[in-house]
This record gives sequence, structure tokens and C-alpha cells, in this order.
Amino acid sequence: MNTIQEMFQVWSMLERMLAFVLLAPLLGGLIAGIDRRVSARFQGRYGPPVLQPFYDVLKLFRKERIIVNRFQNFTMVLFLIFTIFSGALFFAGADLLLTIFSLALAGTFFVLGGFCVGSPYSHLGAEREIIQQVAYEPMVILMAVGMYQVTGSFKVSVIAQYQSPLILYLPGVFAGFLYILTIKFRKSPFDLSMSHHAHQEIVRGMTTEFSGPTLALIEIAHWYENVMLLGMVYLFFAFNPWLGIGIALLTYLFEIFIDMNYARFKWQLTFGSSWLFTAVAGVSNIIVLGLMKI
Amino acid sequence: MMNALIFLILFPLFISLLALFLPRALPGRKVIGTIANAVLCAVPIYLLFATLDQGPSYFRLESGLINIGMLVLEVLIAAYIIYLSVRAKRYLPVILVVVQLVTMLGFEFSYGHSIQVEHSMFLDKFSIIMALIVGIIGSAICLYGFGYMPEYHEHHPEVKDRRNYFAFLMYLFLSAMFGIIFSNNLMWLFFFWEVTTLCSFLLIGYRDDKASRDSAFRALNMNLIGGVVFAFGIVILFVSSRTMELDKLLLLDQGVVLLPAVCFAFAGLAKSAQFPFSSWLTGAMVAPTPVSALLHSSTMVKAGVYLILRVSPVMENTVAAQMLTLIGGVSFLVTALIAISQSNAKKVLAYSTISNLGLIVACAGVNTDAAVWSALLLIIFHAVAKSLLFLCVGIIEYKLGSRDIEDMDFLIMRLPKLTAVMMIGMAGMFLAPFGMIISKFVTLKAFINTNPVMAIILAYGSAATIFFWTKWMGKIISIRHGETEVREHEVSNWEWTTLGILAVATVAVCIAFPFISFHVIDPYLMQLFNTVPVVDTFNILIVFVIMFGLLIILPLGLFYYAFINKDYKRVGTYLGGGNISNITYEGAMESSQPIQIKNYYLEKYFGEERLFYIGVFVSLTLIFIMFGVTAI
Repeated sequence: MNTIQEMFQVWSMLERMLAFVLLAPLLGGLIAGIDRRVSARFQGRYGPPVLQPFYDVLKLFRKERIIVNRFQNFTMVLFLIFTIFSGALFFAGADLLLTIFSLALAGTFFVLGGFCVGSPYSHLGAEREIIQQVAYEPMVILMAVGMYQVTGSFKVSVIAQYQSPLILYLPGVFAGFLYILTIKFRKSPFDLSMSHHAHQEIVRGMTTEFSGPTLALIEIAHWYENVMLLGMVYLFFAFNPWLGIGIALLTYLFEIFIDMNYARFKWQLTFGSSWLFTAVAGVSNIIVLGLMKI
Repeated sequence: MMNALIFLILFPLFISLLALFLPRALPGRKVIGTIANAVLCAVPIYLLFATLDQGPSYFRLESGLINIGMLVLEVLIAAYIIYLSVRAKRYLPVILVVVQLVTMLGFEFSYGHSIQVEHSMFLDKFSIIMALIVGIIGSAICLYGFGYMPEYHEHHPEVKDRRNYFAFLMYLFLSAMFGIIFSNNLMWLFFFWEVTTLCSFLLIGYRDDKASRDSAFRALNMNLIGGVVFAFGIVILFVSSRTMELDKLLLLDQGVVLLPAVCFAFAGLAKSAQFPFSSWLTGAMVAPTPVSALLHSSTMVKAGVYLILRVSPVMENTVAAQMLTLIGGVSFLVTALIAISQSNAKKVLAYSTISNLGLIVACAGVNTDAAVWSALLLIIFHAVAKSLLFLCVGIIEYKLGSRDIEDMDFLIMRLPKLTAVMMIGMAGMFLAPFGMIISKFVTLKAFINTNPVMAIILAYGSAATIFFWTKWMGKIISIRHGETEVREHEVSNWEWTTLGILAVATVAVCIAFPFISFHVIDPYLMQLFNTVPVVDTFNILIVFVIMFGLLIILPLGLFYYAFINKDYKRVGTYLGGGNISNITYEGAMESSQPIQIKNYYLEKYFGEERLFYIGVFVSLTLIFIMFGVTAI
């Protein structure tokens, strides 16, 4: 049962980082493939092969490099680098807050990429992307705060090896995190800034002007990010690694389910509901924990 | 050493008088100014290295004559303020000044003979940090003024050209700031405190039109309220404990000194523009840019948090301290939210200043070693980055003819170097891993351990901070091919020099923060708490990996994409398929429609008038509780 934890302890920090860098895109791509298959089944379609996301990305790499300005692709390279870096930090067991800040840095580069092309669709997408970031940021920080309150450490390695179930102390925080996870996974109803679906009112939003290899990089960064987010879900159930992995995967299925059942929200509702939900579920949980300590 | 301190107070005073009386046509004027600024930078650096391994030192000074001189000057200042207020038909300042003067004179006559001050001046690590900020940033801003003021008067022919008077006030301000940070005698501190109030009043009113007179009097009123309470604090302190020295204040019994400490903290809140006093700082932007930069970064508001941090150890574990923390927290959160709704660049900067100072005040209220550690770092980071941003906006304002963020589209095409400098400043303000975020990180830990509510406020406030900075950043770096009206050559060398110094300083303090922490902040914390916060070495290592990674990748990447990468095909932006050119598309009836790109400001949610009053009322309540609980 504890093989995962043993594995975690046996590997050195660098090995864990390397494992993430190499394996996360495979896992992320696979999850994306399953996602498309499951989504298709929900809609009564057969769906593409499970490996389709990999084919897509490989094909994108062979496409012509079309740009609007010379520097737009650089922002996305930075986005990818820092997403990988934060994920590697997370799986190396480093400070959770640092991971979150580093991920926010990656997100900032992503948004700046959307702004710098100077296209109206992309600009609108970038504005919405910021609103999404602002919507989820408090809850992500509060998640770290809650885990610190229970375990006394921000270190992912310490939190992951905490023996009692974190979820029992942090049910509200977990609920709040689930809510904003839909934003992070870019699932409906919160896929405002850019959408995989072709029917968005602002074309491809953020990524309107990004094509070919750069779009592939964005896709890969997204895979890395998803694996890392599932890792965060795992932390709530880390007392039992298999349960943790199971719940993480269930969470993803749940997000697909939500994705299929909701039409896109307006940004007002996205933003307002996220902050409110964070306030009700997350904040109350944090305050209760704070009072328990005193 | 004591001579160096006295020199730092008297030298800017001397320069200010020189600026006032030397004729403007004198060719050597700017040379003298430059040399003076260099000296002002050099002396605090000398102090830093001369006392690197030393504890605080206290200095005795024969003060009989100085005290009388200060008293006379105080009366003169009061008379001058009364004269100006009566002339402008505003009577609130008159009342406040009279109350303050009667208090101080009455105190002087009934107790003056019995005041025994052992050490009038002192120097510890915190004073050195402040001296570095005032010396380097303050004089850099004055340097910028040499290039800025001629242009200011070109653009505002209606404003009477009083450049000598302006320079006089700027240097006088610096002199008073040095006075505040080196005074151990509270009477002296109070005197310099009032001088900064007067200077800020006169500087804000420099334009002498209705808007600036209103703002100036608002600033005056609020700071005088703070000053009156400060004076009360001094009287209460002396009557109850016969003490007039800052260092002795910390050694006394909490029950005796709590009320005076709360009075001083109140004065600090007014000076650092926390709620409910915030409106004076946002009004102050009518003044010429160097004034805003000076008020926001190195002087005025920093004097406020300086005093709060000095007296907060007295308030340890009291309800008053908790209220102070909450006032800081409310100011931090509410102003960060308001900043989202502002499109006036100077106003965004002003609200961001109040927000950051709120965080510092909150840290002072928490008053653990980690909290004070991050408060000091916040002071440093904020001072360099914010002055840089103000000065950039000042230049943009004249090159684009607007200070509205909505007019800063494609700034990177029009003023590329300036935009790069601005990006450095903004990164220092909010972006991980530079500057502020390092201290926010430690602040968060300090908050969780003491007051989870503050951790929640910090979480929401940080999100709001990301919002207004990122969208502004996005605005200035958006690129439209063909938009190249470069007007950068018109920026004077004085201004470039200052921007250069401050940009380098912003990066340098980020890289040097372990040095600053180890050699300057930690000794101060040892003297205060006997402990220092343990910052995880691994985390610092990671922060440095990111920082150096960015410092290396960014230039290399930009170089690669600018010159080496040729493998691309450039197209116009997508405009729904109806492109006519890059900026127009074909609308109905074969019309040509231009595109316009605007940012979100979410007025409905974060509108100024709505949130501002919430902030004022909540903080007023908290202040009443703070005084009420202490008085009982």
C-alpha cells in the first residue's frame, strides 16, 4: 500500500523532478485523450483514439510558423518553462507557496502573450484570463494556508507524508479547491478565456493568434499543469496513496461531467461565484482551524 | 558618527537654502545639485558600512539652544500655516494648529524645565535602512526634477514658475526626513514630523489652482489631526512616565506607555495615508511628478510606517495591536480592489502605495520577528520600485499627453526603453520572485501563526494586486506592427540617469536581499526580539534560480527572437476575416471600422466611491475601538 510513499522517499529530489519533467506530459496527454473519449461518450459520439492528443501535438509541430509579431512566441516558451518548473518543484517536495507563486508567474507570461499580439479577440481573452486568475488565486493560496495549519509546514514532502487524512480537517478547503479546479482545467462553465470547443464567441480567445508549434507548446504546458493540479488533489488524501490517486482521477471524471453539463458562464458569474464560494467554504474552514489551534 | 548624522540633517537644509537664494541663471546650479545628491547618497552608504557589525549607538547632544530654536521655529511654522489658511478662508487647519500649539507651549512652560533627555539622537540598523532610502531615492528624485521641472513649466504655462522654491521644499523635505529617523528625543521627532507636514502641504499646492489647493488643504488637515494626536501622546507620555526618549519608551511598563504609543501609531496612520486618511494621498497626485514620487516612496508615507514600527513593540499582545493589524489589513485589501477600477495611472500607483503600506502596518501590528522582517523588506522594495514607476509615468504623461492607462497602448513601440524600465518596476511590485513577493511569502507565514483572518485578507488582496498590475503590463507591451512613433530622444539625460539608478537599484535589492537581511535586518531583529526568522535556505535558493534564470533567459530570448529567428511568416491580426488593414476591418455597408482595444475596470464591482467609504467607516470603527480599549 505504501509503495508510492516509499518510492517518493527513495528517490532523490532531482530524480523526482526529472521524473515529472519526463513522465508528466505522457500522463497529461493520456488524460487528455481519455477526457476526449469520455466526453464524446457523454455526447453519444464514439470519440477519437486515446492517443489523439499526441497526434495533434506532433502535427502542430510540423505546421508553418505564422505570427503577428516576433516576440509573441517567446512569452509562451516562458509560460511552458515556468509551468514545468513549478510542477517539478511540486513533485520534488518543495515549498507549496513557492510552487503556487511560480505557477502564477507562468500564468502571467501566458496572459502577457495574449496581450502582446494586439488583436481584439486575443485581448479580450487575456482580460478574461486575468479575471479567471483573480477568481482562483485566493482559493489556491488558502489551500496552502489550510495545509500549513494542519501539518505545520508548507513543504509538499511533509504534507504528502502527513499520516492522518488531511481531508477530514480541510473539507471546506477541498470543496473550494474543487470549484476553482474547473477554472484551472479550463472546463466549462469556466472556459472563458480560451476554449477547446470551436463555438466560442471570441474565436479562440487568448490563443487566437497562436498557431503551429507554439500552440503545441501551450497544449503541452496545459498537460504539465493538469498533472500538477491532480497532484494537489492527491495531497488531501495522501494518507493513503492509492486512495489519493483514485480520488484524483475521480476528480478529473467529475470535472468532465461538469464540463458536459454546463453552458459557459459570463465572467461576472465566474468571478463572483468563485470568490463567494472561496469565502463560504475555504475561509470558514481556515477560521475554524485557526480557532481550534488557539 | 554623530557628526555624520548632524551632517545629513543640516546638509540638505543648506542645499535647500542655496536652491532658494542662488539665482536661477547661475550656470553651476545643476552641477552643485548633482554633487549635493552624490554626497547625499554617499553618506548613508558610508554609515551602512561603518556600522556593519555594530549595535545601535546613542548620542548625547547639548540641546538647550536647539530646543529653544525648534520651539521658535514651531511657532513660526504655526503662524505661517495660520496665515495661509486664513488667506484661503479655511478654518479647520487654524483650529488644529492652535490646539497643537497651545498643547506644546503649555507643555513646554509647565514641564519644560524638568525634561531630561539623555540621548537626543541615535543610529541603529532601521535608521540606516531609512537613511539609505531617503538619501539614495530622495536625491535621485531631486536629480530627476532637474530635467522634469523645465518641461513641467513648458506644459503648464499658467503655473507660476517658482522652481527655486520647489527645489528648496524638496531638499527641506529630505532634511526633515533625516531628522525624523535619527531623533531619539520625541520632541525633536515631533518637530521634524511637523516640518514634513508643512513641506508636503506646500509641495502639493505648488500649482496654486483650485484642485491643488483643495488637495493641499486636505493633506494638511489630515496630517495636522495626526500631529495633534502626536502632541497629546507626548504630553501623556511625559506626565505619566517622565520620559521623552524613543528607546526608553520600549523599556517602560506597557500599562503606562500604551496610550501614548497608540497616539503615535495614530499619527503614523495619518502620515502613511492608511484608511480613514487615504484621501490625502490620492489627492496629492495633482502635484508635479517628483513630489508624488517623493511622497510615495522615500519620505512622507515611509515616515508614517517608520513611527508605527518603532512604537509597535510597546503594543505587543494588546487589542490595540490587533486593531492596528486590521486597519492595515483593511487598507491593504480595499485599496487593492479600488486600484482595479482606476484607469488613471497615478491613481493606480497611489492606491497601490496605500495597499503596500497597509501590509507594512499590518506586519507592525502582528509584531513577530518574521512580520517585522518582511515589513522592513517591504519598505525597501516598495521605495525603489514605486519611485521608479512614478517617474516613468511622469515622463509618459508629457510624451503621450496623458496619464490614462487607456492611452498607453503600444507603449513598447513608442517608448521602448522606458517601457522596459517600467516593466522592471512593475515586476518588482508584484511578480514572483522579485521584490514584494519575497516579503509577502514570509508575511503570510507570520499571519497564519498569529491571525488567520489576516491570511485570508492577504489571499484576496494578492489576487486583486495581480489583476491591476497584469492588465497594465499587458497594455504597455502590446505590439502593433507599424506603430513606431518613437519620442524617447526627447527625454532628458537627468531623467534617464535617475531611471537608470532606480532600475538598477530595483534589481540590486532583489539580488542583494539575503545580504540586506543578514547584515541589516537580522541585527535589528536581534536587538528587538532576540530571535530572527528562519528563512528556508532551499527556498531562497529556488528564488534565486528563478531570478537568475529570468535575468539570463529574458535578454537571450529577446535577442534570439529579435535577430536570429527568421523562420516565420508574419500576418495581420485576425479581425473576423474582414481585414482591411491591421487596424481596420470591413463592417456593414462596406464601411471601414477601426478596432479599439480597452481594458476591463469592473467599475460596478470595485468602484471607488463605493469601496472607499466602506474602508473609511470600517477603519474609523477600528480606530475608535483601538483608542477605547486602550483608554479603559
